Amino acid sequence: MEAATATTARHVSDSMPARAWAWLRRNALMIFAGLAVVYMLVPILVIGLFSFEKGNDQGELDFAWDGFSIEYWTDAFGQTAVNDSMITSLELAALTMVVATVIGTLMAMALVRYQFFGRRATNLLIILPMATPEIVIGAALLSLFISYNFELGFTSLFIAHVMFCISFVVVVVRSRLIGFDRSIEEAAADLGAKPLTTFRLITLPLLAPGIMAAALLAFALSLDDFVISNFNSGTTVTFPLYIFGASLRGIPVQVNVLATMLFAVTVLAIVLVLWQQRKAEQMAAVRPDPEV
Amino acid sequence: MTARRRLVPYGLLAPGAIWLALFFVIPMYFMGELALRSGTFTEGFQPAFEVSNFSDALSGNTDQFVRSFVYAGTATLIALLIAYPLSYAIALRAGRFKLLLLFAVVAPFFTTYLIRTIAWKTILSDDSPAVSVLQFLHLVPEDGRVLATGAAVIAGLTYNFLPFMILPIYASLDRIDTSLIEAGKDLYASSTQTFLRVTLPITAPGIVAGVLLTFIPAVGDYVNAEILGGTGTAMIGNVIQSLYLEQRNYPEAAALSFIMMLAILAVVLVYLRVAGSGAFMGDDEERS
Repeated sequence: MEAATATTARHVSDSMPARAWAWLRRNALMIFAGLAVVYMLVPILVIGLFSFEKGNDQGELDFAWDGFSIEYWTDAFGQTAVNDSMITSLELAALTMVVATVIGTLMAMALVRYQFFGRRATNLLIILPMATPEIVIGAALLSLFISYNFELGFTSLFIAHVMFCISFVVVVVRSRLIGFDRSIEEAAADLGAKPLTTFRLITLPLLAPGIMAAALLAFALSLDDFVISNFNSGTTVTFPLYIFGASLRGIPVQVNVLATMLFAVTVLAIVLVLWQQRKAEQMAAVRPDPEV
Repeated sequence: MTARRRLVPYGLLAPGAIWLALFFVIPMYFMGELALRSGTFTEGFQPAFEVSNFSDALSGNTDQFVRSFVYAGTATLIALLIAYPLSYAIALRAGRFKLLLLFAVVAPFFTTYLIRTIAWKTILSDDSPAVSVLQFLHLVPEDGRVLATGAAVIAGLTYNFLPFMILPIYASLDRIDTSLIEAGKDLYASSTQTFLRVTLPITAPGIVAGVLLTFIPAVGDYVNAEILGGTGTAMIGNVIQSLYLEQRNYPEAAALSFIMMLAILAVVLVYLRVAGSGAFMGDDEERS
């Protein structure tokens, strides 16, 4: 009886569905991961795909595929309102990036390098904005601006964007600073370099990847922000604000074209940075040890 | 010289600390002050210690409050169920595809949040292939729709905040010392036991961080409800937005923002107490 079951079992396990089942079970995790990655990417594909869609008579997205067209790519910058909002967003993001990165890097230096009274409070001050819902930050800032009759516009947006970017810059630069080999700085000092020279020639170049990453993050956060901007923009229109307004009337297909371009440029930039890093690592690996 | 050196950190901190104090801490005070005023937009708002703003804000919007927490909680749970296996696969099984997969996970960040959400509006629109499949599987009634329902809002929240769940969990899994897992196996623990007793407790901080980073922004979100939702799906963010920017009833809007912040804070503290002590208990078990 037992032998019979065993043969049947073997027989079954050799059959196609059983083998497929066994394969599925063995690779369940990777299959799930693959599906999850597809899920993450589907909306991006949809954005790319629907930049080639015919749209309705007004050249707006109508949320259904009814024909291929490249007319919006050949006329990518044909919508002045879209372009203007994009330019405003890029200017705002660039300005925010510079100011937030400088301010945040200085804060990170203070937090990692120095012991001082008020460290815990400072850490709290940096973490809190990241743990507060955007809508509360936006609403609170608007309350401040209302109370002082401050005119909303590019300046209030700039104030708000720098505010929410600082924390992220501090976190990124700090993680780089913690793994920092200080003996190189000491060596520079031993060789007679003044503190500022050491900072310029040693500290800054070594910190550069962390600062670059933080700057990119600040740029991306500013470019993408909608909620806080919506509260504090006045009549200034950034790219996300434009899209939100348009989503109530009709979104020009060019929005998808520009979004696809932006995506492609970002991916290219990141690939380039990674490739550069890899090259640098390879160079560092072949460099002979300094003579002892 | 030493006195000057002691001042250096404050000098480095000053610009950032002042910016955050002026434009994050002080605005909170003004929001509180605004919440206690009375009057109308046209006549102006007078300071009046009007506590009834708070009770008005709360009593008129209980549905939206409950909905926000239910939607955000559901989205956080689904995100966790997707993120953990995915992060596990990337951190411990992906081999040379690791970087590529990580890249795919953060790729949504390279498109604008609003455009991503509008892409979901396309995917979930009434005649789309995705909805037809759901109808075929009888997950959605024959003539039913997905767009403009709570399910669509939850789907949007889940998608948009998923990377915030994946990254901290991935970070905690990536740091894991795989020899610990092997040790578990050597001691004849089944893979389920090893996972529950070794891997899960070690990655608990990552899970806690991921849950907070997903839940907090999801509760306050109103973009998903605005674009993917319908009449019965407004969240508390939608109400605050409309009170501030459309009705210009600043006192009630400010009161509502305050209540939301306190409610989130309460949920987070309770969660940290439960989740935190759970993680510590895992620690104790390991030691004994």
